[in-house]
Amino acid sequence: MNIKKKPMVAKFIPLTFFVILFITGIALNEPQRVLEQAWQICLDCMGIG
Amino acid sequence: METVRKYLQFFVAIITNAYTLFPWTKNIYQGPLKTLCSPGLNCYSCPASTTYCPIGAIQQLLLGIRFSIETGSYYIGSYVFGSIGIIGALTGRITCGWLCPFGLLQELLYKIPSGKKRIIPNQLKYIKYFVLVLFVIAFPLILTDEWGMGKPWFCKFLCPAGTLEAGIPLIILQPDLRGTLGYLFYNKLFWMIVFLLWSTISSRPFCKTTCPLGAFYGLFNKRSIFQLHLHESNCTDCGACLHVCPMNIQFNRNVNSSECIYCLRCMTVACKFNAISIQCAGVPLTRILKKV
Repeated sequence: MNIKKKPMVAKFIPLTFFVILFITGIALNEPQRVLEQAWQICLDCMGIG
Repeated sequence: METVRKYLQFFVAIITNAYTLFPWTKNIYQGPLKTLCSPGLNCYSCPASTTYCPIGAIQQLLLGIRFSIETGSYYIGSYVFGSIGIIGALTGRITCGWLCPFGLLQELLYKIPSGKKRIIPNQLKYIKYFVLVLFVIAFPLILTDEWGMGKPWFCKFLCPAGTLEAGIPLIILQPDLRGTLGYLFYNKLFWMIVFLLWSTISSRPFCKTTCPLGAFYGLFNKRSIFQLHLHESNCTDCGACLHVCPMNIQFNRNVNSSECIYCLRCMTVACKFNAISIQCAGVPLTRILKKV
């Protein structure tokens, strides 16, 4: 089995980017914002109307 | 392997819809777990839902972005985009095949005996990219009312998971809502019936044609940490992988296609020549998985 070794670093670039975004979001207290949005979602917004 | 996948699909469907007190509270779960991202399409207005839907959260963020900026709270959505980006960058569309409750439902419906029509025209797969760009991003952001607020177009007009998991249960739990039902509800009910009936004759039609979350995850299929690998010297181009694939992909002709949901049937069921292996960051996992 001859598997070509591709540079793995490139695969971790998007992951690293999104981990930084995720941590930034936590630092900005965005999880609380997501929770508030989930509480406040209107009936119209879920297609009841 | 297929049994393990099915168990995992059921497990995730249950834990992301584990709020069993809703028949008594008659309302949706509002606890702290709702700050966690559901990996698959799972409406967060479902009374039992314990997690937030990434597609719903993105639209809610974009439709209120003007209001957010005007009030000095600069929410850029980095938590939501970070969450689904991490899932996508790690797994690509493995999530669709292994963790999505609506994908599981479509697979179960496909097991109903009926005149099967496996092939869905290839051109229809592009619809989901339009849905992602227009209904999830552009319309909520651009088409605003007099107060500068947009609408969650995908949730409001299209999402069949929302109708099944939130719309119908809520009108059962809260009879007062039945008087408010009109065009919006019946339009979404129509789309839900279309996709559920279509699922009985074609494999995963919503995933193939319309799901914006699958479209997003698919962008990572060729770059994700987990990937399938083709050993060209072992491949005989027999087409066995195509016959077992729920997404109608001949693996050797389209390696890590953006449509592939990594159910692994091609590797574990179809291929007799060890031409397909799965790798995590370049490390082969095939021997471990074939023992499962």
